[in-house]
Amino acid sequence: MIRLGIPSKGRLMDQTFGWFSERGINLVRSDSDREYAGRIDGIKGVQLIFLSANEIPRELSSGRLHFGVTGTDLIKEKLARFSRLVEPISELGFGFANLIIAVPGFWIDVDSLDDLDAVSAQFREKNGYRLRIATKYHRLLREFLIKAGVADYQIVDSQGATEGAVKNGLAEAIADITSTGDTLKANHLKILSDGVILKSQATLFKSLVANLSEEEDQVANLLLKKLETGN
Amino acid sequence: MTVLKDILSEAKNLAAVFEKTGAEVVEPDFLQISNVLLDLYGEDIRGRAFITNDPVYGEMMLRPDFTIPIVEQHMANSVSPARYTYCGKVFRRQEEFPDRPREFLQVGYEIFDGANTEKADAEVFLLVNEALNRIPVRIATGDIGILMAAVRSLSTTETRKNALLRHIWRPNRFRTLLNQFSGLSSKPYPNRNLEDYNKLLDKFEIIGSRNVYEIKERLEQINLETKTDPINPEEVKILDDLLSLKDTCAVVLGHLEKVSKKMPGIEATVNKFHKRLSYLEKNGVNIDLLDFEGSYGRTSMEYYDGFVFGFYSETQRNLSPVATGGRYDALTERIGQGKKIPAVGAILRPDLTLLLRQNNHD
Repeated sequence: MIRLGIPSKGRLMDQTFGWFSERGINLVRSDSDREYAGRIDGIKGVQLIFLSANEIPRELSSGRLHFGVTGTDLIKEKLARFSRLVEPISELGFGFANLIIAVPGFWIDVDSLDDLDAVSAQFREKNGYRLRIATKYHRLLREFLIKAGVADYQIVDSQGATEGAVKNGLAEAIADITSTGDTLKANHLKILSDGVILKSQATLFKSLVANLSEEEDQVANLLLKKLETGN
Repeated sequence: MTVLKDILSEAKNLAAVFEKTGAEVVEPDFLQISNVLLDLYGEDIRGRAFITNDPVYGEMMLRPDFTIPIVEQHMANSVSPARYTYCGKVFRRQEEFPDRPREFLQVGYEIFDGANTEKADAEVFLLVNEALNRIPVRIATGDIGILMAAVRSLSTTETRKNALLRHIWRPNRFRTLLNQFSGLSSKPYPNRNLEDYNKLLDKFEIIGSRNVYEIKERLEQINLETKTDPINPEEVKILDDLLSLKDTCAVVLGHLEKVSKKMPGIEATVNKFHKRLSYLEKNGVNIDLLDFEGSYGRTSMEYYDGFVFGFYSETQRNLSPVATGGRYDALTERIGQGKKIPAVGAILRPDLTLLLRQNNHD
């Protein structure tokens, strides 16, 4: 059986259903909305697995999923050297989000990473601790700031409502995904001009570590062909 | 093929070289409190160290090196001169190079002594050289102290010098700043003035721990910076020359003595370099063959601020250095919170020295 992982909730799930059905594959959620089970019409030998988009990278990297839909942001954050583990098959054209660094709007002396670095030095000297940046994207943020040569900051873990972290006194800046920027504005934050860490969208990935039987391999190829041509 | 039993016996032999000096044998804890390492290395250390949790102390790290715990221990007890040696495992995450070991032995030696720092530099180097006896190695040396002295002697503002010194171990950021300060590239400073600042409270909600006075102060700094003359091109040329130096120590010494006529601020560190070379020469090191690189130690050796060196395999270019070391005077002051003592040290990798010994026999 080929195992296909699909986000289990919300718009991302609905749009994924739409994308597959445009290509002749109907994903059907079981009749009860509360049960995370479903079936696939239009191709045999594929099992539908509903998972949080957060968990799909891990399941792909372990080979328990053969295919899965999730954001590039989550793949890159959660999988070190991801290109050894998964291969992007197709960008789905929705779920667009940028991972960005944002600072309080009233920091009128800060526009860029250069400024953020200078302010980090100043902040540490004045306050005796390193400027806090709240995020759940620890790895991506750290690698981005190392490359940019920003020093004297610290990463504070924030698994949700990150845009509120500054107002709530948990951090001085944040790194989070945003699509329209409205939530940032509502929380009195602005994006650094060169603070886009990554542009992400919903993407269908293939696991490179899953072992396929000959039969499963045929189903996988058939699935890919259908997705490519729509029949 | 290297096996653990052989690596341990190699480690014992290397450690004997350090122990015969009478150095105190120490063994710091495997688990270190994360905050101490984070405050010194910054977040970068999270990418290199294994992290775990203690219900009382919070986040802890499996020791990624010995130097910092030994400095902590020394500064907590006394600041009198001391020599330490150790042999044990360190732990490193390997994201970028998954084939490299995640735990490996280090044999090391640290001198805390301000009486004759160049003699101490030479002592560490010579002991490492002795321990690596008959292994074919390529040696790299450098001196971060000369670079720092050159930056300090620039005829420009303290703010600029401090900004450059802060990034001496981040060559790209250092270059960006140097280009900005010398007028080679224009910095797109936020185009705001004190009038904008005065309207701040009406226009924005003030959030977070950075307060409005810090913003005012930085606007004033930017204002001052934009009015400050670029660093003299002659001085920038000297700095570039120092950063790109690559020759034998003997040639570099002659060159540096000439440079210090034009930039007297580096004379004291050049004299120290000379003195160190004399000690090395007296003990059989041929300084006509010993390499010197002006930028050596700037990328992988944060916290070294003086003499730096590394021993590498001559044939296996991709192998990590088999030995590295250097001077870290400023680190003792940061950890000692006011107290300080000049310090220098080095580590050897018995797994790699054994590998090279065996290859040499094959």
